[in-house]
Amino acid sequence: MSTTDNLMEAVDLHKAYGPTPALDGAEFAIRAGEVVAVMGPSGSGKSTLLHCLAGIVRPDSGSVLYRGRDLTAMSDAERSALRRGEFGFVFQFGQLVPELTCVENVALPLRLNGTRRKEAEARASEWLARLEVGELAGKRPGEISGGQGQRVAVARALVTGPRVIFADEPTGALDSLNGERVMRLLTDAARDTDAAVVLVTHETRVAAYSDREVVVRDGKSRDMERVA
Amino acid sequence: MSIGHTLLGLLESGPRHGYDLKRAFDGKFGHDRPLHYGQVYSTMARLLKHGLVEVDGIEPGGGPERKRYAITEAGITDVEKWLAQPEKPEPYLQNTLYTKVVLALLTGRSAAGLLDTQRSEHLRLMRELTERKRHGDLADQLVCDHALFHLEADLRWLELTAARLDLLAAEVAE
Repeated sequence: MSTTDNLMEAVDLHKAYGPTPALDGAEFAIRAGEVVAVMGPSGSGKSTLLHCLAGIVRPDSGSVLYRGRDLTAMSDAERSALRRGEFGFVFQFGQLVPELTCVENVALPLRLNGTRRKEAEARASEWLARLEVGELAGKRPGEISGGQGQRVAVARALVTGPRVIFADEPTGALDSLNGERVMRLLTDAARDTDAAVVLVTHETRVAAYSDREVVVRDGKSRDMERVA
Repeated sequence: MSIGHTLLGLLESGPRHGYDLKRAFDGKFGHDRPLHYGQVYSTMARLLKHGLVEVDGIEPGGGPERKRYAITEAGITDVEKWLAQPEKPEPYLQNTLYTKVVLALLTGRSAAGLLDTQRSEHLRLMRELTERKRHGDLADQLVCDHALFHLEADLRWLELTAARLDLLAAEVAE
């Protein structure tokens, strides 16, 4: 894989929390439209890798290039703007705002980017329908199931048309059927929009929705496509 | 799979020709391994001999393949007994991978590399099955899920073994 093909590329990432190294020379690369599963035992550094790639955590050393720009050299404001405009996030527990309705939750990233309410909610409604939860638009997160909430969260991650979606254990709190539905809808939508997906998971059946797998062990990464 | 019991079960809903039985079998169970006509007719001959089916009619001008078969009372009892009897769980104690890991350790080869290679191969098949599920009907999904859960169990074993390689290496060296 040549560097120019990569939408995002991390080189020699190091990150320690106190004396404990979380990343110890980790590497990562992803192309547009690609779904890459990041796997590894608990505490191996996979979530830290995701946080560094997403610009949430600044590594101690190493670089994260996104479309040729180094995230580690950006100011906090620049990284925040990048996260709002080009990245989407799905977490294990949807982390929807409980006071807002589902359509307001999905419209929120657009509103934060300055889109008018009517237009933002119209686009949010389209994404809710695409994620097969259109009928929940007016309900609040407390009134819907975990599986439904996670599909609302996926709609919220996709509504801005992100180039990279970061999904951290997106099915971790769901049963098998709901987990599979979320994965199918998430990967279908990402493929349709040519978005890249960085998928952190410890479940191999979830990783099977990816195109490629990177395993993190003791802070070091290994691209399993290059094994053997 | 017991083809005889499956064909008998398919006959419970009404008499069928051998050709219809093959089509019903292939449509419901033969996704990856359709039946040969020869298998159908040899199985029906055996069931006939044991009194589990009877010939319900013969198409005019037809040869033996135009026979229509019906299940007998003995056949229904046989199907019921088969369904009620639990399948013997596979003990999975004969494990080639375990043997390979131990041999790799004994001969100074990379057991970790062997486990990683196997892990990649398992995930490759899991990706294929997941893709098939995406486009398949419910029957496809259930058949693929059965395979996926078993592959997942293998992968968990591979991970656990990788995490215990140092211990195993020490034990093997004794």
